[in-house]
Amino acid sequence: MLTKRIIPCLDVKDGRVVKGVQFVNIIDAGDPVELAKLYDEQGADELVFLDISASNEKRHAIIDVVKEVAAELAIPFTVGGGINALEDMKKVLRAGADKVSLNTAAVKNPDLITLGSQYFGSQCIVVAIDARYDEELGSWRVYTNGGQRPTDWEVIDWAKEAVKRGAGEILLTSMDRDGEKSGFHIELTKKVRDAVTVPVIASGGAGAAEHFHDVFTEADADAALAASIFHYKETSIMAVKDELRKQGVNVR
Amino acid sequence: MIGIIDYGMGNLHSVQNALRRLGVEYFLSEKKEDLADADALLLPGVGAFKDAMHALEESGMDAFIKSEVAGGKPLFGICLGMQLLFEESEENGLTEGLNLLPGRVVRFPGKSGEGVSYKVPHMGWNRMVLQQPNSPLLQDLSTDYVYFVHSYFVKTEDRSVLLATADYHEEVPAIVGKGHIFGAQFHPEKSSTAGLEILKNFADYIEGRKSDATTKIRTISSD
Repeated sequence: MLTKRIIPCLDVKDGRVVKGVQFVNIIDAGDPVELAKLYDEQGADELVFLDISASNEKRHAIIDVVKEVAAELAIPFTVGGGINALEDMKKVLRAGADKVSLNTAAVKNPDLITLGSQYFGSQCIVVAIDARYDEELGSWRVYTNGGQRPTDWEVIDWAKEAVKRGAGEILLTSMDRDGEKSGFHIELTKKVRDAVTVPVIASGGAGAAEHFHDVFTEADADAALAASIFHYKETSIMAVKDELRKQGVNVR
Repeated sequence: MIGIIDYGMGNLHSVQNALRRLGVEYFLSEKKEDLADADALLLPGVGAFKDAMHALEESGMDAFIKSEVAGGKPLFGICLGMQLLFEESEENGLTEGLNLLPGRVVRFPGKSGEGVSYKVPHMGWNRMVLQQPNSPLLQDLSTDYVYFVHSYFVKTEDRSVLLATADYHEEVPAIVGKGHIFGAQFHPEKSSTAGLEILKNFADYIEGRKSDATTKIRTISSD
């Protein structure tokens, strides 16, 4: 049977890995190629690379970084950020990525999911959803543009729509938990997990090994993603997996 | 030297990256005359069975592969490239394959015998069950976890071609083989340690055959 996956995430801005708290206060966290290599050696099951560069010129340069990272990896590799058209998907896949992650562009133009999945197959298309709890809505609202712009989408409705259009995986980030290190959002993850038929990657809030245990056992997430706890060596992928194994969670 | 067959199907970067990291010599070509010089052939592939067979047939690559293999050249098919080795596939209507191994490629039903629904594709890390641990591809593996992404799998009556399987509601052929023909349903180039070890084993197997052949020639000439 399939194992639960641990996925480190590199948020890359102008060629450097950075990390913020609740999507702001961004600080430097290292070189993407070095970190990618380290995580592969430590037993990462996959790597996600999100380009959060501000301008298009800087984005152009990111393709070279993707190539360098891909050359070091022997695990699946997802690239997202600034992918607005089929041509952009081709570029990153040609540079060595295995999957592309769509976020803002997918909300703006849902046909992009359909196009991408028809052209490359659903297994290539990850739809990333940033969601924040909304009192008025009584549920979680989907945000775009790096968490800055609220949309009209409720999270479950959007997740279902994305899957209907051919998303092969949902990368679900709780904005309420992002960078807080207080644990993944179990309730949100479980709701989305129960609503769709594709794997759900939980993201936002990892602060300790037991948080991974909780999201795997209580929300039945297929994978869990984390950034800063690995970048700043608060724990290692190996240590998290050892702990999970001890508690009977099936990991590689 | 391994010749990677470029027939326009799929991601050729990762397999090249993996071979480069292992220090295994390879080249990529779409030309039969170049590939004829290789010590072994690697058939990659991502996409649909029908499109892939069509691409192979259009370039005459199907007949070329068959004749090279009949001449004793080792072949390693990866993912869709592995499925193409079999008799036929049900993907988008029944399509004939290269017919080098017995079996049919079918879709995961998505529902187990007990009526429990499960996810298709079979995507993620799964454990291999070694059916024939003596196979040259399965020597000295330090782990048995490998990375799968596929919606179709091989059904075969002939268990002698199953070198390793994986359990995903069905018995999924993971590594298949017969003589000098091999295939992996998962992506060795994306399967970290075990995957790289399997690719290295294939490279060592080719080297072993080459030196066997040299020894034979020497023996004959010294007679």
